[in-house]
Amino acid sequence: MLIILGKKLVAAVLTLMAASVLIFAGTELLPGDLAGSILQNNATPETLAQLRLDLKLDQPATVRFMGWVEKLAHGDLGRSLTNDQDVATEIAPRLANTIFLATYAALVAVPLALGLGLITALYQGRWIDRIANVGSLMAISFPEYFLAYLLIKILAVDLGLLPSLANVAPDTELGPRLILTLLPMITLVLGTLAHMLRMTRTAVLSIMERPFIEMAILKGLPQWQIISRHALPNALAPIVSVIALNLGYLVVGVVVVETVFVYPGLGQLMVDAVGKHDVPVVQACGMIFATAFIGLNLLADMITIIANPRLRRQTQ
Amino acid sequence: MTITLFGHKLDFLAALGFAIILTYVFLAIFAPLLAPFGEAEIVGDAWGPIDGAHWLGTDNLGRDLLSRLLYGGRVSIGLSIAITCLCFVIGVSSGLLAAVVGGWIDLVLCRLVDLMLSIPTLIFVFIILSGLGSDLYVLVVTIALIDSTKVFRLTRSVALGLVEMEFVDAARARGENFWWIMRAEILPNALSPLIAEFGLRFCFTFLFVAALSFLGLGVQPPNADWGSMVKDYADVINLGLLAPLLPAGAIALLTVGVNFVADWLLRLRDASQGAA
Amino acid sequence: MTNEMTGGSLESINRRNLLALGGGLLASGLPVIGSANASEITPRKGGTIRLGMAGGATSDSLNPVSYTDSVPIALGHGLFNALVECGPDNTPLPELAASFEARPGAREWVFNLRKDVTFSNGKTFGANDAIYSLNMHRGETRSGAATVMKNVADIKKSGDQQITISLRAADAEFPAVLTDYHLMMVPEGHSDWSKPIGTGPMVIDRFDPGVRAVLKRTRDYWKADRGFLDGAEITVIGDSSARLSALISGQIDAINRVDPKTVSLLARSPNHVVARSPAGWHPIIAMTCDRAPFDNPDFRQAMKYGIDRQQILKTLFSGLGSVGNDHPIAPSSPFFNKDLPQIAYDPDRAKSFLAKAGLSDMHVLMQTSDGAFNGAVDLATLYQASGVKAGLKIDVKREPADGFWTNVWLKGSCVVSYWGGRPSATQMLAVGYESGAPWNLSHYNDPRFDQVLNAARGEIDPEKRQPLIRDMQELISHNAGAVIPIFRDYLDGHHRKVGGITPHGLYDFCNGRILEKAWLGA
Repeated sequence: MLIILGKKLVAAVLTLMAASVLIFAGTELLPGDLAGSILQNNATPETLAQLRLDLKLDQPATVRFMGWVEKLAHGDLGRSLTNDQDVATEIAPRLANTIFLATYAALVAVPLALGLGLITALYQGRWIDRIANVGSLMAISFPEYFLAYLLIKILAVDLGLLPSLANVAPDTELGPRLILTLLPMITLVLGTLAHMLRMTRTAVLSIMERPFIEMAILKGLPQWQIISRHALPNALAPIVSVIALNLGYLVVGVVVVETVFVYPGLGQLMVDAVGKHDVPVVQACGMIFATAFIGLNLLADMITIIANPRLRRQTQ
Repeated sequence: MTITLFGHKLDFLAALGFAIILTYVFLAIFAPLLAPFGEAEIVGDAWGPIDGAHWLGTDNLGRDLLSRLLYGGRVSIGLSIAITCLCFVIGVSSGLLAAVVGGWIDLVLCRLVDLMLSIPTLIFVFIILSGLGSDLYVLVVTIALIDSTKVFRLTRSVALGLVEMEFVDAARARGENFWWIMRAEILPNALSPLIAEFGLRFCFTFLFVAALSFLGLGVQPPNADWGSMVKDYADVINLGLLAPLLPAGAIALLTVGVNFVADWLLRLRDASQGAA
Repeated sequence: MTNEMTGGSLESINRRNLLALGGGLLASGLPVIGSANASEITPRKGGTIRLGMAGGATSDSLNPVSYTDSVPIALGHGLFNALVECGPDNTPLPELAASFEARPGAREWVFNLRKDVTFSNGKTFGANDAIYSLNMHRGETRSGAATVMKNVADIKKSGDQQITISLRAADAEFPAVLTDYHLMMVPEGHSDWSKPIGTGPMVIDRFDPGVRAVLKRTRDYWKADRGFLDGAEITVIGDSSARLSALISGQIDAINRVDPKTVSLLARSPNHVVARSPAGWHPIIAMTCDRAPFDNPDFRQAMKYGIDRQQILKTLFSGLGSVGNDHPIAPSSPFFNKDLPQIAYDPDRAKSFLAKAGLSDMHVLMQTSDGAFNGAVDLATLYQASGVKAGLKIDVKREPADGFWTNVWLKGSCVVSYWGGRPSATQMLAVGYESGAPWNLSHYNDPRFDQVLNAARGEIDPEKRQPLIRDMQELISHNAGAVIPIFRDYLDGHHRKVGGITPHGLYDFCNGRILEKAWLGA
């Protein structure tokens, strides 16, 4: 089993390296260029030329790529082209914010989705199943900014219960931070719940029809034991894979929520940087996102292998 | 009273789901005949009230909201069907291939998908855009490709579990060929999670189309699509206007309808398996 | 009509706009808004204001050469001073230059600098600092002010507190150039922009670009009638709904760029006020005069009569602005040509111009983008719809927001973009319409225009300059390839307890001077 996990790890590292090439190439392909995006309608040929020179855009891409990789290997993310700040110092607090919000939302969404998924599977066709189903479907039919606006309108503006701005500062303490980020957290939970819930329900239901479960039922085992011991481990593969996807989404895909709630996370930084063609920042964000995604999927693969008795047996 | 379809009894929710879908299809097909005004025709002030001529009021540019919804449905439903089907064709076939054949094909496909998933969507879209330009077909292919990675992972992980099952081993032992195993053993057993996934992907697509419009991809003005309508109207939620809820509600209702039918299909399958 | 119109000096401007709209505003029941009733209360010292602002990005820096948008501009005016201030009606007022005058011919200007003003590091402001600061924007520089400073030939120290600036070409309105928000005064040799040193009312305490900025006052401000606040906290809020929600729910005291659609919502709130500033910002549909079919003057006329300006103003901007007449001088400007007949929506006339041009079947590709400005796509869509009745066949193309300024603007034949106002009328006219000017969007090339422009530049007497500027408006309106449908007002929203946020004819938040002008009531 260790060999398989080791192989997966090597593959993940290789993927990350390939991702770095694609990310660099992708940033090279951004329409327009940095100089034009910064100056907008203040741009003249002279100011553009000067800015391009300042930004070393006159060197060939391969030279800049090798330079970038070399620095990356030394943990140096470079300096922002637009404001000349050190990219690592610029990113660090925002990365912490992104991880905080993603963890906050995941801690609520994953147990809720698993719990509701099991309950709806157990009580298939009953009212609780239908309510959870329709409710979660409605929630994902609305885009996140729409849910966010609705939540702000009702909870912040009309009722005045919660703050509409999640403008946390690095020195904000945990208590106030949890309150400030409550609305973005709820929005993200609503956006990711349905997918995980439905996958749990479906996977468990389809396993329940299998002969070995029927055997267990005939043996007279209690239902919770059948589900937790027999059904869940066998249904885990698709559930874990969907959870990994959604966790990845919580890290990389929350730009809209960050914008609406003015939450200083990594997504907003990257969109800003793309807009201004601040290549080192885009590349650094891209690498962080890639690492997060590949890491989560590696984890999902490992859990699938460890949890699935057949795969485990085969690899021993 | 019971309704049957293909010899199977429809329960209430499934019937409701079918009714919703059929209504949408009907409205979409006959939109030009049903819409009281033109798609781009400006008939009054922005956010005009509901009255006899404008059953749902007017939109942000003073166009008839009902007409926009009808025409928008035509575009949105068509796009979503095209994108979701293409996405499943790509995702399911490559997922099954990876799981059943395994070896280097599995390795290459997995790495490729990991790669696509791992780089931010924005950058990925730029790469595609710079290669293909930006018209509606590119939009369909782009979204289908991006979404197919998720379908691939799901298909593969489900199929991997099945490959090791006794009945597949048995089929192999019987000397059945690859395609037979795929079609007769793997696909039918992997269908449940895929049907559920289809219902969800279908509705995500509406919003994805709108999300890409800022890149210049997507439906060009003045044509309507539901995703862009939700996006364009969202900021008047503050004003307490009903309008933003209409396109969003239209998407939500269709999503619920499609998923009711998907649930019914799941139950059918489970029942038939149970009987077998 | 309510009792809200207490805008004092700007009342006349508001009234003129109301008249220009034919009273449509009043009839449609929109709130009439002026500056706050706070102008009737005397300013109070102390307090920290919380501002929610659009116009900030993670790429912002405090280096004045890099300023492009509202947040850095407001920060710049909080930390530094300029030599000349742009007054509410766009007339140049003394700031760090106590007085200024032109030598005859307007090719040489003398600026007498204020004595006894010190920087935040204790150093006294003098001629060397002024020269160093201005030279940051000359020669090889990425400064946004490089273009307006190109006309400067030399800057000489003519005394400890006096500089003399000589120009390449005469400019009777040169002090207006020095009101540019890039041209901030810093100590000689200063280059560490993470710790900016200036003569402004505040110093920077924390700066997270694109997120927040915290400023505080550490000493008495050298202007007795400004600088009341103890400090300020600026939160960058790009989303207009989020900005409004934060204001209404009380997390923020004042916001810029209120969405015109939601002004009625603020008017309903008992605690909030909207400050409305008629100004020079305008969208422009630029048609290149040297490319078919826009090289045909009759076709350009058809385009001008085929757009419903009133509808655009009403639908996209809730009527909060004024109708444009295809030249860049706003009706709120003292130089506005009132005698020029207003071009109105006239489908029949447009059709006859089309027939005359022989281009009735011509399709026009209009390029637009959300990256140009918020509402640019909607504006093109409305243009297209109104064009249908006039026989115009406009195909709207939504271009990617990203790359719009590099790939589409200045490149396409018919592009929707915008112009921000300029502190002087001559500058506004020259920047976009002089033959061969880099930003001459419509490729307008007219020796008559250039001649009048040069005459206006050399004319120091405003009375004699006025008719020249009016002539130029007429030339552009009739001949250039610019369709300028409307001028949009800047809208700031704030709590009633905030005072000092007064309308300004150039830009939002008192032309960026909110940190020195605003104060907090009890």
